[in-house]
Amino acid sequence: MTMTAPLAAAFFAVIIFLIMAGVAPFLASRQASLVRIAFLFSAAASVMAVYAGIAAVSAGSAETLIIPIGLPDLPFYLRVDALSGFFVAVVALLGLFVSIYSFGYVSGLAEGRPVTSLVVFYCLFMAGMLLVLLSGDAYFFMISWELMAVSSYFLVCFEDESVEARRAAFIYLLVAHVGAVMILLAFGILAGFAAGFENFGGFTFQAMRGAHLPPMWASIAFLLAFSGFAAKAGVIPLHVWLPEAHPAAPSSVSALMSGVMLKTAIYGMIRVTFDLLHAGAWWWGGLVLCLGLVSAVMGILYALLQVDLKRLLAYSSVENIGIILISLGLAMIFKSFSMNLLAALALVAALYHCLNHAMFKGLLFMGAGAILHSTHGKNMEGMGGLIHRMPQTAVIFLIGCLAISAMPPLNGFVSEWLAFQAFLLSPVLPGQLLRLLFPLGAALLALTAAMSARCFVKVYGVVFLGHWRGKQPCEAHEVGVSMRLGMGLAAVMCVGLGLFPTFVIGWMDPITKGLVGASIGSSAQAFGWMWLTPVASARASYSAPILFAGVMAVIAAAYYILHARSSAVRRADIWDCGFPKLTARMQYNSTSFAMPLRRIFGSLLLIRESVKPGDARRPLPFQERFTYHLRVMDRVWYSCYRPLSDAAFWVARHATRLQHGRIQIYLMYSFITLIVLLFFA
Amino acid sequence: MTQTLAAQINSVLAALILLTAFGLLMQRRIYGLLHLFAWQGVFLSISTAVVGYTAGLHHLYISAILTLALKVFALPYILYVLIHKLNIKKDVEEMVNIPTTMLMGIALVIFSYHLTAPVRELSTLVTKSTLAVALATVMLGLLMMITRKKAVTQIIGFLALENGLFFAATSATYGMPLVVELGVALDILIAAFIFGIFFFQIRTTFDSLELKEMEKLKEED
Amino acid sequence: MIYSISIECLQIAFVLGAAPLFVGWVRMLKCWAHGRASAGLLQPYRDIYKLFYKDVTIARNASWIFRAAPYITFGACVLAGGIIPVISTDLPLSLSADVIALVAVFAIARFFTALAGMDAGTAFGGMGSSREMMVASLAEPAMLMSVFTISLVAGSTTLSQMVHVSLSSPLVLRPSLAFALLAFALVAIAETGRIPVDNPATHLELTMIHEAMVLEYSGRHLALIEWAGEMKLFLFASLGVALFFPWGMAGVYNPLMLPVAFVSLAAKLAAIGAAIVLVETRLAKMRIFHVPEFLGIAFILATLGMLSFFMLE
Repeated sequence: MTMTAPLAAAFFAVIIFLIMAGVAPFLASRQASLVRIAFLFSAAASVMAVYAGIAAVSAGSAETLIIPIGLPDLPFYLRVDALSGFFVAVVALLGLFVSIYSFGYVSGLAEGRPVTSLVVFYCLFMAGMLLVLLSGDAYFFMISWELMAVSSYFLVCFEDESVEARRAAFIYLLVAHVGAVMILLAFGILAGFAAGFENFGGFTFQAMRGAHLPPMWASIAFLLAFSGFAAKAGVIPLHVWLPEAHPAAPSSVSALMSGVMLKTAIYGMIRVTFDLLHAGAWWWGGLVLCLGLVSAVMGILYALLQVDLKRLLAYSSVENIGIILISLGLAMIFKSFSMNLLAALALVAALYHCLNHAMFKGLLFMGAGAILHSTHGKNMEGMGGLIHRMPQTAVIFLIGCLAISAMPPLNGFVSEWLAFQAFLLSPVLPGQLLRLLFPLGAALLALTAAMSARCFVKVYGVVFLGHWRGKQPCEAHEVGVSMRLGMGLAAVMCVGLGLFPTFVIGWMDPITKGLVGASIGSSAQAFGWMWLTPVASARASYSAPILFAGVMAVIAAAYYILHARSSAVRRADIWDCGFPKLTARMQYNSTSFAMPLRRIFGSLLLIRESVKPGDARRPLPFQERFTYHLRVMDRVWYSCYRPLSDAAFWVARHATRLQHGRIQIYLMYSFITLIVLLFFA
Repeated sequence: MTQTLAAQINSVLAALILLTAFGLLMQRRIYGLLHLFAWQGVFLSISTAVVGYTAGLHHLYISAILTLALKVFALPYILYVLIHKLNIKKDVEEMVNIPTTMLMGIALVIFSYHLTAPVRELSTLVTKSTLAVALATVMLGLLMMITRKKAVTQIIGFLALENGLFFAATSATYGMPLVVELGVALDILIAAFIFGIFFFQIRTTFDSLELKEMEKLKEED
Repeated sequence: MIYSISIECLQIAFVLGAAPLFVGWVRMLKCWAHGRASAGLLQPYRDIYKLFYKDVTIARNASWIFRAAPYITFGACVLAGGIIPVISTDLPLSLSADVIALVAVFAIARFFTALAGMDAGTAFGGMGSSREMMVASLAEPAMLMSVFTISLVAGSTTLSQMVHVSLSSPLVLRPSLAFALLAFALVAIAETGRIPVDNPATHLELTMIHEAMVLEYSGRHLALIEWAGEMKLFLFASLGVALFFPWGMAGVYNPLMLPVAFVSLAAKLAAIGAAIVLVETRLAKMRIFHVPEFLGIAFILATLGMLSFFMLE
């Protein structure tokens, strides 16, 4: 086996990560060199894995490697094909940027506390994610899945002195495990039908692929697997861990969790539904589509109402996962009606959005980390005017905001545009009811896109523009070179993926060819590399390079003409309406920016809002201070999870009656159980 | 006038009837409701005449004229006088907010389209595609009766519902026999009068036209 | 190819030149309707010319975003002028952005204007941005729904192709297009900031939306923003014409039709201007929290349009 083989390269990268995780504790006494060495090696490993992923997609063929470790008769199967190669590339690409970013960021953290555990679990986490993608059998998949879940659990509770972080990590672990059990059950069904329930022969994906499931069992397996992966991906209503866990983790980890860990769940969905179950009934896709729409709309609504920057980004991840699921659901529906070309289009939209979201959400979380690093606060209400203090971070963060708001010519727009095209081609579907429902889905997608623009205008305007709102004077400063470099590379990717989509889509051809038996790469480039024409040029075309060049040319011309005659630019105070005592607190802040939304969509959300006069004895007009209190609560938490946890507590309280502390009574319990069992046996 | 043109005109009219049905759902002023209702009558009457012309059924002309007289002039006028006499508040009060009602309306339209799909497949008439609209109008009328508080808006909802039924009859089977239609028209007129009398009674009993007051009529236990 | 490029340039120049004229026409009609003496058709040109020669005053706290936003807004609007078929469908730029991308091009302009509103750090700027983004986030779905209806009929989302299809197919009464037109009209009112959603003439603090955002601008920056705003109104009007009443537009390589295209466009725009004035004179500006309902109606209408495309056609 030569080193150029994708699987070997990827496996070698995993080995580097594992070795680093093992070596890191020995360097614990020298924190600075630990950070430098660990992230240098993890960057190198990421580069290798990026290469492996890109090569695997281009090769298009599957490669398998059997490692004879693990339990007897159950060796580990490593496998890489175009689909897993794509996700390996996504994970490793963001891993590379985050590794570069971590040089500065983790060094900053290391000034306050030892970061050995962060480094160890970071390496394990990366290795876990890559192994999930590389595993070729259910057994190894579950082990890798757990490695990923547990290491990220320790990363979430890195700041273990804070109660919120511990609570967030606990909720995360709980949801992750419920999800894992469902995935395990789904694999159990698949393996059982592949080789019988008596032996282990069916545990490889290869065997499952050939299994013939009765439709009902296929649907059960799909539902189990989908809900398991949905719990990991943060699909509403299984998203509750996400806005808790992502803000609690260090920002470099949040970037990875939000940017790529959620994508491993998407990978799992695609692997199970398209590859193992061969996309069954159309209602599977309908279900995925509907949940995607709910997640997208509700996710962005909640995001808009947050004042904590990282929580906002976490909710925005829920939204973006929703958008990915919308395209994925469309692909499943098209596939179930054997419209392979359209399925390929929708699948490309989903995969492209995975890649895009990894880039811009990684960038934004890294940016949030930079802001946190330099202002020591997560609350947007106390920020403002950072563009003067952190000019370069401001530019990079702006690119991220534009990309996530689906603004051309950046990358977010390309994938949403493809999703819209897939929606608009839905009238060819046979079901009349389906045809009527689809346009409404497109409208909700449009609403989501517009809302996310609004959300990120808020973020950027409140954090970077205007005056500093904090009580203490602003001490923010520009962050170090490595952090800027990490974010900058992600920003370059956002621009590149937006400007040259035809190349990326052409590269992705083997994935769709393998999964749905059709590809859109050739038709997408039919008109030339500058124009993206997913189906036909008469149907729709989009050219980011021309748009970008056009706007730039007009701007340059206008600038040149207007500056031909030199005219003075005078700096003056802002217009104060004749009220001379303007303060920074009179600016719009995050809460007031989102106020119209609370009025419009208030009934969908759970909002508690109150205004209390500061001095209860005085009549209202003579009050000097008011206290405004606002709480935005997650409705899902209160309507689904609260009753469950209450019920659990209720059961637990009643179960304590069994506990007496007397050994005789416990023996009696055992004895009675024995008798009952013997009686029924 | 060719068949296809007639079908096109008819579907435009159906769309307008649907539009007025939605207009009734979103209108906040009571006189606005009356105007919309009258417009719905106008479209209905034109549509009936068009169907009558293309199908060569002359009794539909009589229905059209009857609709015009009754639903465009007589009933709105009666209701106008009622509102004026009873000095009813000019704003419509709704129980469910308007955007939500509209979304429910959209869902109902999709549902009725789904329901009428089998009929559409079998029918050979020019008007077959408008059946879904007719059913939707009936449902929207009912929705209006459910979501509004005042008795007057309920009446308008009821009359809109009847418009939908009438439209369903023309689109599904080119209209009911003339005798039936005359009977129904008479019924509607009488219903309007009875409603009027009821209003006076309700108001003298409860001092209000809020239907919530009727809850007091139930037996206390 | 040379022909299409020259048509493209001609059209962009025409949009740049004619947009203030259209606004002047609307203002003149409005003055007549109110019984006032008007400042004449050419007043918008004089305003822009005057502003270009004035010095610029910028708030102390304003960053480069504040200075870049007018250029980006202007650039986006000019580019949109090259995408929308105004006089001819023979536009090379039309292929580079379909109707979804066109909506997004306008969204870029709005994104930066809203950011600029928050940049100076005034209360009004933030208020304007918040409101503008609220209106836009609700208008955009309605706009896309209305456009989707037409693209379903045409089987394309490329604007020149959509116009081409409706020019070449026989005249059919389509209820779906009537609904889409109504929805489009409501959205266009909201997007271009006309009464009853926003009042372009107001400087009363609490009623402004768009004006509140650009309150801090002066000199050439303000000139660019004003000009871009005028182009936006002009472009929405011509987009409406292109989507719903394209008859008279010149087709592919058809130079003889160009004079006809200019004349018919002028007539249609004059009528649209009259309609705007009629609406604005009859209606009062609505409360800001009635705007969601207004746009909700637009959205419902667009949905009905799409439903009736499937149900009735």
